[in-house]
Amino acid sequence: MHGTEVVMAGFGGQGMLLAGKILAHAAMDSGMEVSWLPSYGPEMRGGTANVVVCMSEKPIGSPLIESPRGLIAMNLPSLDKFAPKVKPGGVIVVNGSLIDKDPGRDDCTVIRVDSRALAQEAGSERAANFVVLGAYVGATDVVPEEAVTEAIGREFTGNKAQFVPANVAAFRAGLKLGRETGVAS
Amino acid sequence: MAKVLMKGNEALGEAAIRAGCVHFFGYPITPQTEVPEYLVKRLPEVGGEFVQAESEVAAINMVFGAAGVGIKCMTSSSSPGISLMAEGLSYIAACELPCVIINIMRAGPGLGGILPAQSDYFQATKGHGHGDYKLIVLAPSSVQEAVDLMILAFELAETYRNPVMLCADGMIGQMMEPVEFPREGKGPPLRDNEWALTGCDGRKRRIVNSLFLAPEELQQHNLNLKAKYDLIAEKETRSELYGAGESYDLLVVAFGTMARICKTAIDELRQGGLNVALFRPITLNPFPYGKLREAMDAMPEGARVLNVEMSMGQLVWDVRYAAEGSREVEFYGTAGGIVPSPDDVAERIRGIVRGDEVAAAEGGEGHG
Repeated sequence: MHGTEVVMAGFGGQGMLLAGKILAHAAMDSGMEVSWLPSYGPEMRGGTANVVVCMSEKPIGSPLIESPRGLIAMNLPSLDKFAPKVKPGGVIVVNGSLIDKDPGRDDCTVIRVDSRALAQEAGSERAANFVVLGAYVGATDVVPEEAVTEAIGREFTGNKAQFVPANVAAFRAGLKLGRETGVAS
Repeated sequence: MAKVLMKGNEALGEAAIRAGCVHFFGYPITPQTEVPEYLVKRLPEVGGEFVQAESEVAAINMVFGAAGVGIKCMTSSSSPGISLMAEGLSYIAACELPCVIINIMRAGPGLGGILPAQSDYFQATKGHGHGDYKLIVLAPSSVQEAVDLMILAFELAETYRNPVMLCADGMIGQMMEPVEFPREGKGPPLRDNEWALTGCDGRKRRIVNSLFLAPEELQQHNLNLKAKYDLIAEKETRSELYGAGESYDLLVVAFGTMARICKTAIDELRQGGLNVALFRPITLNPFPYGKLREAMDAMPEGARVLNVEMSMGQLVWDVRYAAEGSREVEFYGTAGGIVPSPDDVAERIRGIVRGDEVAAAEGGEGHG
């Protein structure tokens, strides 16, 4: 893997910026160059809160990606906006808990995840963002499992440390699903 | 030292502390607010002071005062706020006081929008306050470079007793990248404050002043400033030539965020057999006219230059000035927070190679 980039998008509060930060941390700790570029403009109001994470063996040129190789869509506006832009052969993780629609991309690996149910099973409905992150990492193998779980452990400290087990369990549940349907070789 | 993942704005705040900055005065404005947000927490930890001023006008005059008493200090704002600081910048430069100003540029004019732009180039390098004065202007194109240039900014401010502006855009301010800080802990205070107003008990009083009513005196003051600016131009001009290789048939000129986007375009074009290089000014002032001209002169006769910037044509004036008519300089610019993608830039370059008529500005992707 020479590098990849993923757009992670959803409603504000669905945790895509945080999940993106965890992914960027995991990639950095694995020795890759990374960039994490959030949306901060008018889109944030009522539409999608998105972040594009670039991970590469080489220094990253443009952190802004028109056609990413990966997409995690947590809501329908995000799927509608970004799914048509994903590169052929890419990976699209769809939050099945909120989206019924098919992305209509037969040329991509589409993973539909009931993130809410899996997060509940893992111990916290709020960990749905880590379920979809797990699915993406499982399908692409872009970073090692341990790099992500360690990054989660470092992110949630102090009185937030109580959230680590559920977040890690949610991530692993997604990871399992991603590996079963994934494209990683 | 280990790498940490940080937002550009926060990394700038930490870099200021590593450079020895102990006082910050500012007023919030998107997309730079994380700079004061970071420093309001961090400065008290290192014995510093943070003041949220009542306006940008007040903030720059607080910087004027703190710099005058020999404190390492700074302010930070975004385009409309920097406009409000123009008068104070002229006074600080006239009084030859060291300080650092961050401008995380957003789209203008007027209130404009909050998305990234590079349309304060003239303001930073040619415009802002009245009179014959210059800022040193540094333009990073990554979060790591923002850190490195922030530390350099305080060094240059002190060495030349001149205000230094770090000019980045909303994308660098908002983006997270791994950074490594070149030194641990809080940086040192000013090496020399023999000019500062520290209380004249037991010594001759010092004067920090910009009023010279006698014309000969004021002219001499201007000549002294000019000599300093000439020295800065000779010693501190910085630039990068990317993808130079053996030869290149087209030279792209861009700075900051736009430069790294152009690098991606150039990498793609090179794989397709087009030899393109990038010239990136790192100091926007002093501008690297000489190095740019060298990079132009290294091309075969008739080869062209493409200037790319997120403005309606500002940097291009300096590029054409450097060319002195020796090269055709094409222009591609966007505004409003529209950031050209690598594909947009690559398509422009292919168009030039094909000989298409170049339209000044279109395309690009809105970066939400």
